[in-house]
Amino acid sequence: MADRKLIRLLPPLLFAVALALLPVLAEAAGRGYLIGVSTNVLIFAIAASSLNLILGYGGMVSLGHAAFFGSGAYVVGILAHHAMWGAPLMVWPFHIGGTESAFIAWPLAILVSALLALVIGAISLRTSGLYFIMITLAFAQMLFFFFIALNEYGGEDGMSLWNRSHAGPLDLNDNTQFFYLVLAFTLALLFLKHRLVNSRFGVVLTGIRDNPRRMRALGYPVRRYQLAAFTLAGAVAGLAGALIANQTEFVSPTFLHWTRSGEILIMVVLGGMGTLFGPLLGAAAFLLLEETLADLTEHWMIIFGPLLLLVVLFARGGLWSLVERLRAALGGGGERR
Amino acid sequence: MLLFLEQTLNGLQLGVMLFLMASGLTLIAGIMSFINLAHGSFYMIGAFVAASVAQATGSFMLGLAVALPATAILAMVLESGALNRLYDRDHLDQVLATFGLILFFNELVKIVWGAQPFYLNTPDWLSGSVEIISGVPYPAYRLALIVTGLAVALFLYLLIQRSRLGMLIRAGASNREMVGALGVNIKLLYTLVFGLGALLAALAGVMAGPIYAVQIGMGESILILTFVVVVVGGIGSIRGAFAGALLIGLVDTMGRAYLPDMLRLALPPATADNLGASLASMSIYILMAVILALRPRGLFPAHG
Repeated sequence: MADRKLIRLLPPLLFAVALALLPVLAEAAGRGYLIGVSTNVLIFAIAASSLNLILGYGGMVSLGHAAFFGSGAYVVGILAHHAMWGAPLMVWPFHIGGTESAFIAWPLAILVSALLALVIGAISLRTSGLYFIMITLAFAQMLFFFFIALNEYGGEDGMSLWNRSHAGPLDLNDNTQFFYLVLAFTLALLFLKHRLVNSRFGVVLTGIRDNPRRMRALGYPVRRYQLAAFTLAGAVAGLAGALIANQTEFVSPTFLHWTRSGEILIMVVLGGMGTLFGPLLGAAAFLLLEETLADLTEHWMIIFGPLLLLVVLFARGGLWSLVERLRAALGGGGERR
Repeated sequence: MLLFLEQTLNGLQLGVMLFLMASGLTLIAGIMSFINLAHGSFYMIGAFVAASVAQATGSFMLGLAVALPATAILAMVLESGALNRLYDRDHLDQVLATFGLILFFNELVKIVWGAQPFYLNTPDWLSGSVEIISGVPYPAYRLALIVTGLAVALFLYLLIQRSRLGMLIRAGASNREMVGALGVNIKLLYTLVFGLGALLAALAGVMAGPIYAVQIGMGESILILTFVVVVVGGIGSIRGAFAGALLIGLVDTMGRAYLPDMLRLALPPATADNLGASLASMSIYILMAVILALRPRGLFPAHG
C-alpha cells in the first residue's frame, strides 16, 4: 500500500521540485526572462483554477471571471497610486490613505473581489444556461466601463505602478523572490482546492453540477452552495489579480475585457475541466503556445483560432486526460474510481 | 424637442441594426441551441467585402449585392463542414470553438485587408437629407436604414409565421427528432437557417459601413450588444429580438445623448461628462441585469 501511495504522490512531487529549481536553471542557462514567463503562467493558473472550481466542479459557465481578476488588480493599483502621490483615498468618514504593503493591499483585493462575486453571483444565479453566460458577461462589461470612467486612474489607458508591493522581509522587485512567492501561493491553493473538492462541500457541489433537481429534492439549498462557490472563486481570482498587477506593474481595463474572461475559460477547458492540475497545464499550454506562435509569425492567431476549434471538436477532456491515459498505459499508475 | 425627435430616430436606427444581428443569432440559438460568437465575424466580413467591391467599382449597391451571398455561402460552408458537429455539445464547447473562429477571422481580415480602417461611402441617391417635419433635416441614409430594418422585420414575420419553410423552422425548434422522422431534411434546414442568419448579419455590417468605420474588431462590439438584445428578448423569439433591439437601441442612444446633460445639473461639467459617458455605456448592462433578475428567461420566453 505504501508503495502505491508513493507512486501516486511521486509525479506531483517531481513536478513541484522541477518548478522550484526553475529559476536556478533559467539563470544558469542565461535565460532569466523565463522566470517572468513562469510567474505569469502560475498567476494565470491560479485564476484558471478559481474558474475551474465553479466551471469544472460546479457546472456554472461564467464568461465574466475577468471582472474579479481585474478588480483585484485595480485594488492593488489604486492603493499604490495613492501611496505614491500621498493623496488620501478617502477623507470622510474615515481618513484612509493609500498603501504599498502587500499585507494590506492583497487581502483587500481578495475581499473586494469576493464581495463583488457575492453580489454578482446572487443576481446571476437566478438564471441558468445561456442566460447565466450572458448575465455574467454583462456584469463584467459593466465593471469594464466603470474602470474606463476612472480618469484619475488612467481611464482607458490604465496606469503603471512604480514598484511592486512591500512584503516584509521579501523583496518582490526581485523576480526570483516574487516567483517563489507566487509558486508558494499556487501550491498552497492547489492543496486547498484538493481538500475542498473532496470535502462534503465539494461533493455536494459536483452533485449539483450533475443533477441540481435531485440535490434540491434531497434538501440541499442548491443556490446557496453555488453562491458560496462563486464567491470563493471570485476571491481567489482577486488574489490572482493582485499578483498580476505586481507582475506586470501595470493595470488597465483590458484586464476585465470579455476576451480575457474567454482566455481564462480556454485555459480551464484546454487543461481539463474538473481536474486538479488541468488548469495549471492549460494556463501553461495557452501562454507558451501564444509565445511560441507569436515568435513564429505575427499572425499567430490564424493558427491558434482553428487549433482551438480542433481541440474542442476532437480532444475532449483536455490535456490532463492525455496525462491520465499515459499514466494508465504505464501500468496501473492511473487512479481507478 | 426637435433634438429629442432626432435622437429617437438615431435610437431606432441602432435598434433596427441590432435587430438584423439579433434575429439571426436568436434563431440559431433557439432552433439549433447553438451559441455562435462568430456571428459578429459575419457582420465584419460583410462590411469588408462590400467596402472593397464598392471601392473597386464605385457602386454601393453592387458591394451589397456581392457581400450578402458571399457571406451567406461562407457561413453555410462553415456550418456544414464543422459547426454542425457542435449542435449536440454543451454551450461551453460552442463558446470556445466560435471564440477560436473570431480570432481566426480577425487575423484573416488583417492579412487580406490590412490593419487600417476602411470607409464606405453612402450611395449618391441617399447622401442628402430629408425634412421629416419642417425644420428637422435627417440624413436620408439613416432613414433608409430604419425602413430597411422594418422591412426585414416584416419579411421575417411573414417567413416564419406564414410560409412552409417557417412552419418547418418552428417545428424544428420544438422537436427536431420528430421533424426529422417526418421526412424533412433537418440538416439542410439548419444550414439554411444558419445562412439566413449570416446574411442578415452581413446586411447589418454593410449598412453600418458608412456610419461607423469598417475595421477589425467591429464585430465584437456589436456582438456583445446583440447578445444583450437576444437575452433581454428571450432566446429563440424573433418578437423578443425586435422588442429587445428597439429597447436597447433607444436606451443606449438616449443615455449617451442626455445623461451627461442631466448630470451637469448636479455636478461640475468635466465630472458630469465623464461620469455620464460611462453611465451611458453601463446603462444597457444594468437594464439587462435588472430584466434578467426579474424575468430570468427574458421578456418574451420562446417556448414553454
